[in-house]
Amino acid sequence: MSTATIALSNTRIQRTAAHTVSIYLKEAKYEFLKYLRLRMYTVSVLSFPVMFYVLFGLVLNPHNSIEGTRVPVYLIPSYGTFGVIAASLFATAAGLAADRGLGWLQVKRASPMPPFAYFTAKLFTSFVFSTVVVLSLFALGFAFGGVRLSTVQFWQLLGTLVAGSVPFSAMGLALGYFTGPNSAPPTINLIYLPMSFCSGLWVPFMFLPKVVQKIALVLPAYHLSQLALGVVGSGTHEPALGHWEVLAAFTMICLGVARIGFQRDQEKMYG
Amino acid sequence: MALARHLSIGEHAGNAGKGIKEMATVPQEIMNSLTAQRPIRDRAAGQVVASLEGVSKNYQEVKALKDVNFAVRGGEVVALLGPNGAGKTTAVKLLLGLLQPNAGSVRVLGGDPTNPENRMRTGAMLQIGRVPETLRVREHIDLFSSYYQDPMPAAEVLAAAGLEKLGDRKFGDLSGGQRQRVLFALAICGNPDLLFLDEPTVGLDVEARRMLWDQIRKLVGCGKTVLLTTHYLQEADALADRVAVINKGQIIAEGTPEDIKAKTAGKRIRCFTSIPLGALRKIPGVTEVKEDRGAVELHTGVAESVVRELLARDAQLSGLEVAAAGLEEAFLALTQEGANGGNPD
Repeated sequence: MSTATIALSNTRIQRTAAHTVSIYLKEAKYEFLKYLRLRMYTVSVLSFPVMFYVLFGLVLNPHNSIEGTRVPVYLIPSYGTFGVIAASLFATAAGLAADRGLGWLQVKRASPMPPFAYFTAKLFTSFVFSTVVVLSLFALGFAFGGVRLSTVQFWQLLGTLVAGSVPFSAMGLALGYFTGPNSAPPTINLIYLPMSFCSGLWVPFMFLPKVVQKIALVLPAYHLSQLALGVVGSGTHEPALGHWEVLAAFTMICLGVARIGFQRDQEKMYG
Repeated sequence: MALARHLSIGEHAGNAGKGIKEMATVPQEIMNSLTAQRPIRDRAAGQVVASLEGVSKNYQEVKALKDVNFAVRGGEVVALLGPNGAGKTTAVKLLLGLLQPNAGSVRVLGGDPTNPENRMRTGAMLQIGRVPETLRVREHIDLFSSYYQDPMPAAEVLAAAGLEKLGDRKFGDLSGGQRQRVLFALAICGNPDLLFLDEPTVGLDVEARRMLWDQIRKLVGCGKTVLLTTHYLQEADALADRVAVINKGQIIAEGTPEDIKAKTAGKRIRCFTSIPLGALRKIPGVTEVKEDRGAVELHTGVAESVVRELLARDAQLSGLEVAAAGLEEAFLALTQEGANGGNPD
């Protein structure tokens, strides 16, 4: 064994683009696997929307209509939105809060992992689980609810809902930076359950009291669900652009908050 | 400890073009004058690969590090030894770029510690409370290895960390000691030149600890540099080429383990005697007298003459033991001196 000289090298070790891409992919793969194997996550994220849909859409009201739209059709966008919110929030906020609070994020930061890879991996996980929730609802509606969507509608609805996981992933990051490992799950619940209710995801929007309807206008869940309902020809029939604008602004605000949290974290760690 | 790097002029010239700085051996007097002008860099005894220069770090009112100067040289094992709360972990986090100093500068591998290219040459083992539990050991190692240019093959990593049979076990199903070994595996898997280990053997049983020590020695034998923090004095003694004792945010002593041990009165004499404590203190050469469960313990630099005096004064003296003051005594003496504001140097 030679006494290898430790070169105080001025040569920079550069990663090739291919290497960086493979890191991003691997990070995403393992983040997804991590959540896939977490019963608590998969069960709660997937089962609640599915259960509610089966109960309220297929068993109880299969032949009723809400403002001209059949219930099994109407409930796909609303429970789909609900599912996407849960999938995104729990994939991001809870994990981030725990990783931060208990030191795992420090180990990742001290490693050569490109910091962005961590966040894109979480976003990827949100996307995948959002897609699975929405497709499950489609499948149930098609098989048991007589729901028939045109090809355009299918892709539009799927695309809208999955795109909706972006603002909620951003929200999850913002939350994750400002909650602790134990307080994150209850905080998430305290925020997203009332938000879902007030946005008309359970009780359809038109049946909510006027006061609540006013509140809904500032809730991103309301805007996402309206976009999704619009695809099947339902909802309050406001222009789609307005809803997208609100969601985009909401995403920017959340990312800004997350960034503050990110920078604050660098000074916050105790030895 | 001091590994001199020898190079012929030809090699030196050949490497100059690659921008790699290396030193030919130079007479000590010339080196001394050079180092007088260039404080920490490029001493003949291995280059500085990581350093804290005049670093202070506060957390609100708590001063975790106060104007600390500390350097790690290539190819050595440096132990940062101190009690809990001394600032060891803070120092490591500064060197890893996880924290920013309030004053002073931190340099690692010639650059800023937050530099991502630097991180490809370093590995870190921190004391943490959570690792994703649903991923398997093999998967954790695979992910971390992917961050590096030239990682160790997975089988080697598992072997080095003593995890051969546990590759497919989920992290959540591992025992405390096994988890610690996974963290060690993550630190070494990228084949880093510079390794930071924060209390690496906490929670390990004796066998696992020895195994880790062997691994660390092997890594150093391959030319790697290791900074480890510990409050296990035996560990510093067993592994380190150089020890820096830190307490309350300041480095109070630095040197080889032998140097540190020599800072206290050299020997410890223990016996059962009827000579009163006051008289014992007056014996020439005795630096300290303590009572310990009926026996007395004396510290002295001149053990032989003190023993002669004791035997002369008390014919009934029994249970005589004479031992070298260990690192433990040195440590306690230093930290108490440090706490009292005394400077051992």
